[in-house]
Parts: sequence; structure tokens; C-alpha cells
Amino acid sequence: MSDYPEAPVAEGGLLSRRHLLGGALAAPLMVASARAFGAAPGGPMLPVGRLSDRGTALERIGIGSQPGTKGSGASRTPLEALSGTLTPSRLHFERHHAGVPTIDADTHELKIFGLVDRPMAVSVDQLVRYPLVTRYQFLECSGNSGVMIAPQPAQSSAGGLHGLVSESEWTGVPVRYLLEEAGMGSQARWAIADGADAAHMARSIPIQKLLDDALIALFQNGEPLRPENGYPIRLFLPGWEGNASVKWLRHLKLTDQPGYTKDETSKYTDRDADGRAAMFTFQMGVKSIITSPSLGFDVHEHGVYQVSGLAWSGAGRIRRVDVSADGGRTWAEAQLDSEPKAKSLTRFRLPWRWQGQPVTLVSRAVDETGAVQPTRQAALEGRGVGAFYHFNGMQAWHVDSRGKVSHVYV
Amino acid sequence: MSMYKPTILRTTQLDTPPRFCKPIGWLFVAIGMLGAPWLQAEMVELSPNLGRALSVEEIAKTDMTVLPNGEGLPVGQGSVSLGSNVYLRECLACHGEGGLGGVNEALVGGVGSLASSTPKVTVGSYWPYATTLFDYIRRAMPYPDSGRLSNDEVYAVTAYLLYANGIIEADAILNQVTLPQVNMPNREGFYWAEGR
Repeated sequence: MSDYPEAPVAEGGLLSRRHLLGGALAAPLMVASARAFGAAPGGPMLPVGRLSDRGTALERIGIGSQPGTKGSGASRTPLEALSGTLTPSRLHFERHHAGVPTIDADTHELKIFGLVDRPMAVSVDQLVRYPLVTRYQFLECSGNSGVMIAPQPAQSSAGGLHGLVSESEWTGVPVRYLLEEAGMGSQARWAIADGADAAHMARSIPIQKLLDDALIALFQNGEPLRPENGYPIRLFLPGWEGNASVKWLRHLKLTDQPGYTKDETSKYTDRDADGRAAMFTFQMGVKSIITSPSLGFDVHEHGVYQVSGLAWSGAGRIRRVDVSADGGRTWAEAQLDSEPKAKSLTRFRLPWRWQGQPVTLVSRAVDETGAVQPTRQAALEGRGVGAFYHFNGMQAWHVDSRGKVSHVYV
Repeated sequence: MSMYKPTILRTTQLDTPPRFCKPIGWLFVAIGMLGAPWLQAEMVELSPNLGRALSVEEIAKTDMTVLPNGEGLPVGQGSVSLGSNVYLRECLACHGEGGLGGVNEALVGGVGSLASSTPKVTVGSYWPYATTLFDYIRRAMPYPDSGRLSNDEVYAVTAYLLYANGIIEADAILNQVTLPQVNMPNREGFYWAEGR
């Protein structure tokens, strides 16, 4: 067969994305007798579907809790093992501050008070009666990829490095409907959101964000939120650091100033090298990562592979993604799997012919505002020692002559 | 207020700006605020208005927020010496002797270290407002049994940690008036990226 006949479009064996635009590739005709398929009847219908043999192996990774605690920590999505963009709800990353609470949806209420004309409470069943909207959007912890500040590259999988991002179909009530109903006061500039978990985790959110695209999320991927994702209701702030999307939401208190809560002062602030620090750095930057090949998924046979990964931006849509196989010296534009959606994961891929040559694969995303993902070095510039939030520098995988993949800095 | 109006709700679609946010909508709001009731109805058209009224008492019972100006602080007071006892009983196991850190993070020390090659981020060296300390302890501490301390105990352990950081005197008493007056060393160490 003579598929992928063209010369590479960049160093390291990268081929043109046009191979992916021209329709299906020729595949050898499979001739199989009917007996190759199951001859005996298979299993029954089940009330809840079971996982496939390979699906069973998919688990959250990097689960860790602070010393002396069980639920105050994080778990990550195994990005390297998933395809497409949607994260199965059971694999959505977690970050909790006092474990996953058990909340009775029959009695839970969202209370809205402070600088409003009509302080109010709505129940979960009432919220479902509001005009719901549905969006595919990512949620990313501000600490995602923070290990990239380490002096030596951590030998972790794509999910181990970047798995504090997940994508879901979120369905909920636009917060602006509720603020209109409560009669937002003219002095209101912020809303202090807090949760019904034991930490009563609290963040101050600018009102403009709540009027713009914030949701009170009730459903995730078509089902009620899972407990670890805020059941029965959570705040969802598209494109903003995950911590601000307060789970198990119980209050929105409108104020003329932020609350300067612990999680927006001692944490989730970005220290500069001069000792000062930025507060309220909500928006997640433009980022891309390669999930295939990646650490733990070595290449074996020589031939054509798809370099594939995910790109996203808190500012809006992904405009393009470039891939390099020589550590960022030459680049080729990757194919985007589908029309990019705003503040949503976008899958990219590019064919690559590997004939045993050592390569260093790295990706670079550009969003619709023109923001370009920085190099790791540029992303480190000006950071205070140990400041790891909002890291969006490029990340590289080295494939050696035996096909072994390792994490390298370029 | 207005009835649930499905014909209007149909105009609200995914990713289209709400009618409320169009300039004409804001005009209605502006006029509505002048007191024209039929235009106020326009302002709330997107909501089926299902919320129940929340009483002042209900809000007081559930609202935990303490602002830097002291708004939200409860009646009560606490001394450094009482706080030292509370600390030994409730906090020592995780945060170590004198707040210097144990299995969990240090709360004391590091003032002036933020621009150095070994920044030490603690309550004393980093937190901009003392009110945040009260707010957080009352919300979330002691793990795993938050909400157990009395308001006096929260004031007291706040006082102890501020004293241990050299921010207040040994004989200081913290209450609704004195806590917001505490000037944290890194008060001016932050700038806003968004929200202004």
C-alpha cells in the first residue's frame, strides 16, 4: 500500500494534515467468516451499562490527600488513555478541601442575599424549572501542570502532568436569571459563593462574570452532577480556574467588595519574583498537550502514527495548533477534529512517520484572541520561587530510537 | 411579579446574548429603576420567579462571611493566652509547635521572605487581612470537625497566631472592633488581575 506518500512537512517525520482532510484512507478489505464473530448468544441487558475490558482499566490517577486527611486533595483524569474530548464523569478530576459531602437534594437550597432587593432561596427542584442551557466546556484547576516548574522534568503521564482538566457537557441555570429575580442592587460588584462542604469553601466572583456566562450547574453529561462534582448544584464559571466554580453551592452573597477568602488570598494567588502577587487571576491561559504518543505509551513498530492531543483556552475558541517533532525548531499545523467550541477542549492530530529517528514532540496552541501558548521558559519568567498556578508553558515528549517516550524540557 | 412565560423563554438560546444584556434591555432596566412597574416586569422576564423570600433571621443564621472592614464579625472576644490553649488543644497536631508547621503547613514565620530565593508563605508573611483568618478558622477548622469552636475561641486562636507572627502584642484582645484594625505585614503585597 502506498498511503502517506508525501514528503514530511516539518522535521522529525511530521506529515501534512491534508492526509486527514481527504476522507477515509484506503484500508485492506477485511474478509472474515461469520464464525469469526460470536457464535453463542452474548450477555443480557443491564440497568446500568458495564465497562469494556479495556474501559475497566481506566481510573483516576495521582490521587493524593493532605497528610492526616482522606478527602482534602486531588485526583486526575487519565488524559493519555482517553480520546475525543469528553471526559467520562467517573473520570473527571477532583479537588476537595474537606472531602465529598452527602447532601440531600430534597432540602438543599441556593440562598441569594446581600446587595439584592429581594433575598431569596430556591430549591433544586425549582432550579430545574428555570430555562436551562447546555454547553460543552472544560474545567481546569489553576494548579494544573504546576509540576512543570520543577527544575527537572517529572516523569509522569500526560494525565499525571495535566490531568487537572476535564471536559463535560454542563447543563444548568444561567446565574443572571437568578440575579435578575433577586433584584441585584446597583452597588453590587461581587458575589461571595460558598459551599455546603465541611470547609464551606468560599470564593468571590465578579458580578460581570455571573451575568456573562456563569451557570448553576445541575447536570453533567446528561445525568445529575456526581457527588464529587458538586451534587446537587455547583457554580460553573466557563474558562476560569476550577476552584472558583464552587461545588455544593449554598450561598451567593452580593457585595461591593471581594471577601478576601482564604482561597483567594493564601491560595490561588500568583506570586511574582519581586515578592508581589496577583489576585483574582481567574482566566485559564491558552494551552495544549500531546496525549499520544506520551509517557507510558511508547511506539514500537516503524510506520505512521497520529500525534494527537488536546488544546483549550479560557479566553474562547482554539484557532490553531502547531506540532513540532524537533523540539520547536520547525512546526506543522495540526488538524482539528471538529469545529472548536468556546472554552472547550479541542482535539488535534497530525500524521507522523516514525522510522526509528529520535524526536522531541511538542505542541503550541493559538486561541481566537491571538494569544499564543508560551514556551516553558517564557511561562517561568517573572514567577516567584515555587509559584505554580496558571502554568501553560509548552510541554515536550522525547521519543528515543527504541520508541521509548520520556518527558523532557526544551 | 410576572408569570412564567414560555413564549418568551423560547427566545433564549444557547450562546445568544440574553435580551436583558442588549442595550435596549439595559434601557428598560434604567427606566424600570425609575419606578415604571410594567418595565420592571420586562427586567425579570427570563426568570420563572420561583424563589421564596429569605428572612433577615434566616440570612443571619447561615451567612459566615467576614469582610476586611469587620462586617460579619460576631459578638465575642479572645486573648492571646486563651488562644494559646486552644491552639495546643486543636491545632498543634497538624500545624506544629508555635504554628511553625507540622504534617501540614506552617502558619507562622517568613515575614519579608517573599522576594527571596526561599520564600516562606504563611499567615504572617503573606495573608493581606487578619479578618480572613477568623473567617477561615470559623468556616473550616479544626479539621475534621469544623464549626466546633465558639466565637470566643476563634477570636482567641486568631489572636494567638497573629501574636506568634509578631503582628500583635501579647496582651492584645481581639473582637469586632480590634480585629479589622490589625495591619498585616503583606497588606500592600497584592495587585488585582481581574475584577476592577
